[in-house]
Amino acid sequence: MTHWPLLSLVTFLPLVGVAFIMLARGDDEIVARNARNIALSTSLVVFALSIVLWVEFNPNTAAFQFVENARWITIGGFTIRYHMGIDGISLFFVLLSTLLTVLCVLHSWTNVHSQVREYMIAFLVQETMMVGVFCALDFILFYVFFEGVLVPMFLIIGVWGGPRRIYSAFKFFLYTLLGSVLSLLAIIAVYFQTGSTDITVALAHSFPAHLQTWLWLAFFASFAIKVPMWPVHTWLPDAHVEAPTAGSVILAGILLKLGGYGFIRFSLPMFPLASAYFTPMMFALSAIAVIYTSFVALAQTDMKKLIAYSSIAHMGFVTAGLFAVTSEAVQGAMIQMLSHGLVSAALFLVVGVIYDRLHTRDIDRYAGLADNMPAYAFVFMCMMLASVGLPGTSGFVGEFLIMLGVFRVSTTECFLIATGLFLGAMYMLYLYRRIIFGTITRVDVRHMLDLNLREKLVFAPLLAIVLWMGVYPNSFLAPMRASVDHVVHQVHAAQQAALRRRTVLSSDEIAPAKAGSYGSILSTVEAWAPAVAAMTGKGG
Amino acid sequence: MPALPMPDLLPALPEIVLACAAMALLLLGVFRGERSTRLVSWLSVAVLMAVLVLSAMFQGEKHVGFYGMFITDRFAVFVNVLVLIGSAVTIIIALHYNEEHGLARFEFPVLVLLATTGMMVMVSADDLITLYLGFELQSLALYVVASFDRDSTRSTEAGLKYFILGALASGMMLYGISLIYGFAGTTGFTGLAHLFGAAGGPVPSNGLIIGIVFVSVGLAFKVSAVPFHMWTPDVYEGAPTPVTAFFSVAPKIAALALFVRYLIGSFSGLIAEWQQIIVFLSGASMVLGAFAGIAQRNIKRLMAYSSIGHVGYALIGLAAGGAEGIRGVLVYLAIYLIMNLGTWAVILCMRREGQMLEGIADLSGLGRTRPGLALALGIFLFALAGIPPTAGFFAKLYIFLAAIDAHLVGLAVLGVVTSVVGAFYYLRIVKVMYFDEPLVTFDRPLAPELRAVLFVAAVLTLFFIVYPDPLMGGAQAAAASLFAR
Repeated sequence: MTHWPLLSLVTFLPLVGVAFIMLARGDDEIVARNARNIALSTSLVVFALSIVLWVEFNPNTAAFQFVENARWITIGGFTIRYHMGIDGISLFFVLLSTLLTVLCVLHSWTNVHSQVREYMIAFLVQETMMVGVFCALDFILFYVFFEGVLVPMFLIIGVWGGPRRIYSAFKFFLYTLLGSVLSLLAIIAVYFQTGSTDITVALAHSFPAHLQTWLWLAFFASFAIKVPMWPVHTWLPDAHVEAPTAGSVILAGILLKLGGYGFIRFSLPMFPLASAYFTPMMFALSAIAVIYTSFVALAQTDMKKLIAYSSIAHMGFVTAGLFAVTSEAVQGAMIQMLSHGLVSAALFLVVGVIYDRLHTRDIDRYAGLADNMPAYAFVFMCMMLASVGLPGTSGFVGEFLIMLGVFRVSTTECFLIATGLFLGAMYMLYLYRRIIFGTITRVDVRHMLDLNLREKLVFAPLLAIVLWMGVYPNSFLAPMRASVDHVVHQVHAAQQAALRRRTVLSSDEIAPAKAGSYGSILSTVEAWAPAVAAMTGKGG
Repeated sequence: MPALPMPDLLPALPEIVLACAAMALLLLGVFRGERSTRLVSWLSVAVLMAVLVLSAMFQGEKHVGFYGMFITDRFAVFVNVLVLIGSAVTIIIALHYNEEHGLARFEFPVLVLLATTGMMVMVSADDLITLYLGFELQSLALYVVASFDRDSTRSTEAGLKYFILGALASGMMLYGISLIYGFAGTTGFTGLAHLFGAAGGPVPSNGLIIGIVFVSVGLAFKVSAVPFHMWTPDVYEGAPTPVTAFFSVAPKIAALALFVRYLIGSFSGLIAEWQQIIVFLSGASMVLGAFAGIAQRNIKRLMAYSSIGHVGYALIGLAAGGAEGIRGVLVYLAIYLIMNLGTWAVILCMRREGQMLEGIADLSGLGRTRPGLALALGIFLFALAGIPPTAGFFAKLYIFLAAIDAHLVGLAVLGVVTSVVGAFYYLRIVKVMYFDEPLVTFDRPLAPELRAVLFVAAVLTLFFIVYPDPLMGGAQAAAASLFAR
């Protein structure tokens, strides 16, 4: 272990870059050039540091690593700590954040013309907030980052976005803010239960069953909007369509993952009984998200909107996998989130490339790009197939593991989300056919240039990682396995304990009213008992 | 300290110094005429700072003076510091404005000093009579400054409106005081606390309850809590802008502190009786502040509704009772002071060819034309909306913490939902500044003192999270002192 406060460095180094950019003086051209260079070098250094995290990471423990813990704000008995640390669940999200920031800066090198300095500042601040969310181990600290992330994204959409940017920026901000403030109240309630805002304390605490339901719902409001789950997904297509390409990349790559991360970090381990109680609802919403949004995607004429809807569908897989709570499914959900972070980011970049050239995202405007843009067609094909879940790509690993895990809990759910695979192939192949194949009829399309070196540099790492994750997923699964298994075991153990307690209660015939209040939750747990027993029996 | 017994006047020394200084400065102004405005203003600021230091020297000790009518404790010191800062900054940011608008008269700083004296007396009141005296001294000075721009019908109308409604509130309060005296037999907070300071005391008679309600109504007028808020938007819009800035901070902070001392200090045992009133005031203020602000086009009116909303949040802490709630109120007031003063400093920068602009649309494109100013206002607006990592978030956090602790979950949910609604109109200003095309350019350069206020307020709002201990420690000690009777 290093003695450097590595996590703080990764989190706050971008702000140092911001300070330098603010110092840049001179006419607009010079300021813009300096801002780009500083942003790129800062994000590269941060990415390199986050690679060090991966190298130094110990995959054999579920405990938090690189921990930093200091007193931050004390008032009376209420202490907020500056507590940072990562485990196998958060490690890759940190890496994903730092990688995508580098790519966003690189992608925006020439296609952002106005207020370049502010643009780069927004992305670096955004990086701090994103990394901070995944590293924070104190609820208030987490919340500060979680909500802080909205500010730069609001500005990115609103200042550099498309024609309906203002509507979309407001919708994005207010929608997600409403979710987060409810979770703030839940966080406060958790504090009064555990006597601490420390996440590690809350994770080890067992909450009373009646409270779990309410707290679960409050967190659900926040995370479901972030994921986004049907029916609270409507902000996403608007935000994606209007955001600049790099904004969409961060939005799809990281911000959506905050929801999934929240479910696996908080909802499952802290409220296992409520999670069991709400699993049918989660399954239903996930299945609706997968099927409904796939059909909606099929009908889109705007490329970005199509990919936005496909994101909702893919995140539906994730929520289904998480709430199946089997080791395979949760690992699959994690891989699916990482894969989607890379693939959807790449797809938005793919759209961005031709948008930069022709300034339209209308699918009908393009045809036959395979002729004059072969490299582009190749990248697009790889990413499209990864999105569909072709074996050998990251998408396959995630979706397969999820299906495997979900099948053992609910075959119906497995069947329902499996139709999503089929529908996904339909809309993605259809999109690809319309844009890449066919004959070129328009002059401006014929004169579009293939990928330049900078664009190839942007796509190369994404392509490499997508294939790496598809061919040898163990590099990614191994570090997260201990943490994921820990969560799964914790959930099952709590559900088992609740079952045992119920048996005691009913045999003694004590406090029938109390037993009744638990009854509804426990009966659901009981319904899952065979699956749970099978799992733990196998695990032990 | 010498071994002599504490003289009776010592607890009130800061107030006495301030009152004497105000009169001395008045004489100075009268003898030297209009030319002395700048001198008197800066001397007033110096006096306020000196009084601040003097007041802060009482830190840690509780003194009762004037035979139990006047008290100086950590709570009073904490609030005094806030009020003094608010008054001093008001005088500073008013300098340039008053000169530009032909209002450069030495009476302005003197009136602010007198109002401040009244506020400090209010904060330190330990008796209903002291409460009323401080209240009136403050109000009379404020009525005059509201109509300070005496050639403007808007300003005189604002002053008159404020006077009439304020007089009504004073009358109700006085009536309430007489009822309390009639039914409890004492006007001293100590005596009242002896009877009703803890649960399980004598059953309060209906007359007493009505008295408590009447005094609360008077105070609700002063803090402009719904449904006693009607005067606020009109007075805010009509009064000269620096005066509005003053109204939105110092008197509000003092009146809220007085509200706290009055209810917690003497009637904490009757919380079951008054909690529902505060819950209603708080909830109604938050809802009205959030929804009525949406339709505003004038930034001064918008800030009026915003301040109504903020009073609602601060009142959550009072409704919660308990040390957590009061400390939440104190943290809230301190942070509210900073972000509000900053916002008003920006509004004072909105001038074009010597004319003040008040439309929200006039801010359009500020992000391009004046990036620094826009950044500062952006920080204040996000803070007012309660978005982390600004200080405004922590203000709300401690309030909601207290609310959940006191099982006021419904009020807390209402609070967060209205904060989302309120975020809309703050964001709309951000939108106008950053997303819209520039329309007007403001006059350059900014007055140096405005720039300094802006800078300090923005830094404090944004970097509060780096070193929050002084404020937190102070608020905790101040809240504890209130309960250490």
